Amino acid sequence: MQHMSTGERLLRGVLITLALIFFLFPIFWILLMSFQTNADILRIPPSLFFTPTLDNYVALITGELKTASGVLKLAFMQNLFNSFILSTASVALSLVLAVPAAYAFARYKFRFSEDIAFTLLSFKFAPPLLVLLPLTIYFQQIGLANTYIGLIWVYQLITLPLILWIVRGYFEDISPDIEHAYRIAGHSWAKMFFRISIPLARPGIAAAALLSFIFAWNNFVFALVLASADKQPVTVGALAFVTASGIQYGQIAAAVVISIAPTLALALFAQRYLVEGLSLGAVKG
Amino acid sequence: MTTLELQNVTKRYGKETVLHGLDLAVADGETVAIFGPSGAGKTVLLRLIAGMAEPEEGEILMDGEDLIDVAPEDRSVGMAFQNFALFPHMSAFDNIAAPLDARRAKREAIADGVHAIARLLKIDHVLGHAPRALSNGQKQRTALARALVGAPKILLLDDPLRNVDAKLRFEMRLELPRLLEGFGSTVLYVTQDYREAMALGDRIAVLMDGRFIQVGTPEEIYLTPATVAVAELFGDPVINLFDARVEPSGGGSVAVVGSARLALSPGYANLYGTTVTLGIRPENVAPAGAGTAGAIAARVAALLPLNDRLVRLLVTDEGAEFYTSRDFGGETAGEGARVNVTAASQDVILFDKASRRRIAPEGEAAVIPAAPVGREHRAGRVSA
Repeated sequence: MQHMSTGERLLRGVLITLALIFFLFPIFWILLMSFQTNADILRIPPSLFFTPTLDNYVALITGELKTASGVLKLAFMQNLFNSFILSTASVALSLVLAVPAAYAFARYKFRFSEDIAFTLLSFKFAPPLLVLLPLTIYFQQIGLANTYIGLIWVYQLITLPLILWIVRGYFEDISPDIEHAYRIAGHSWAKMFFRISIPLARPGIAAAALLSFIFAWNNFVFALVLASADKQPVTVGALAFVTASGIQYGQIAAAVVISIAPTLALALFAQRYLVEGLSLGAVKG
Repeated sequence: MTTLELQNVTKRYGKETVLHGLDLAVADGETVAIFGPSGAGKTVLLRLIAGMAEPEEGEILMDGEDLIDVAPEDRSVGMAFQNFALFPHMSAFDNIAAPLDARRAKREAIADGVHAIARLLKIDHVLGHAPRALSNGQKQRTALARALVGAPKILLLDDPLRNVDAKLRFEMRLELPRLLEGFGSTVLYVTQDYREAMALGDRIAVLMDGRFIQVGTPEEIYLTPATVAVAELFGDPVINLFDARVEPSGGGSVAVVGSARLALSPGYANLYGTTVTLGIRPENVAPAGAGTAGAIAARVAALLPLNDRLVRLLVTDEGAEFYTSRDFGGETAGEGARVNVTAASQDVILFDKASRRRIAPEGEAAVIPAAPVGREHRAGRVSA
């Protein structure tokens, strides 16, 4: 640990505090909003003091939104369930496909390997709208429009390249000698892959899965175009709060709080893997 | 009961040829030290034998069977890596147990095997530790235990003492031969340390730039090095080299080095009039009496302590520098003192100046057969 003067330590503290306020204030404000009525939210100037209400959450969970123009049906819980299904299944499928692929790209030099890997990454460069229109038509023709399978397939554009490229780096960091040692000890390639390579790349796989889960969860445009009401995730479902009688800020805030909760919990849980050392000091550098 | 044979083994990476047609026969139970500077291809050779890479040409035969299409796990090879290559997420016990586990041995049998080898290598008290909790010496022993525990037919040791401290290296240099003998494996031992090669190898194969320059017993390599480079790699301080002209003198031959004339062994008559590179090891540069004919007159330029000996850097009147590690008797030859030195005729090694290969005296067997110590006697072939 470096020596720091009191001044430096103070400056450090101030800067960290500023950064924390900058990043955490919006979340804090959303949390407050979720317990306010629309009237409280729109009051000028805004106030930290209000009578907290659970109405927003109740409306979301019961699926009934009482507005000035009558009772609106909300599919928020269904949206949440859809988000969950779509993100989980997309990440799971991507892991099954991308982890072995990442290993191949990391370990074996085959013809066009770099080109293929780059092409897969380039899926992330292209604006989604570029592919959406033709995709919509194709999906309608082959009956994949508005299905979970169709959406999960398209979500691979988000999750697969991400997992592939992150995990590839982790595989490259594993000393090939460790794998060779296991082979020479008499184990097959498959055993080596599952008992040596995968466990040693686990921090990377966990990080990649977490990131791609968040990206999938936050996706808006694919689901907007390719899914109708009963398959929509929360991101699209939130549009329902823009009603004829105004924007329901309170419900939006509550919906945001509920929808970031799973990713936040996941991030906290996976933190252990994210910071865990990779090689654990078995190979002398 | 295992012999290992390399036939014309050639390895290329892209356009670069790393190993050039290597030939080597290792007898059952024999330990061959593969010695060479870094980058010579030693590790690549072990990788080929272990099955981690395939040679572009040539064959690797184990007991006469070609190994090329045999998967690494089916080769019955044990290997200790220079960087240990322990499995970081497994305990020392599980690391060592890996080869036994692969054979689906019973739990008790595995435990017995691991504990036996761990006791032998004095690491039985750290079996529960993860590799990161082990000292370098313990890691090295764990790696060695893992290589040995399955009683492999061929044991490949890739500079296993490279990353351990000097004290442990010395201990292991004493311990290893006994240990290896107990296992009866056929061993290839890669090292960059000529002392290790000489201490551990029944024979030494000198690998330079992907070619075996010389294969022979430690004595052969030290006394009759095939090239100047081999002579320079074995011995500390390094061998002294001079340009010398070979001339007849009386009944025999002499090598003329500046104003000095060193007597040569018989058999060099064919070299009269030619200039050669003459090598004398520092321990053979002996003080000569004042009246010794043809002695080299030199000045002591520096004194360098080396262990219990004192190495002297001598400079001749012509400016040639060379070392002697012989005792000059106390302080009588301090810095600046003038001394006369000479070398016995059998200690003088001649090399061709152009090819830098050793010139054998006429009458010496062209290549001394490198007798393998094992059952199967086969001359080690000198390639290149």
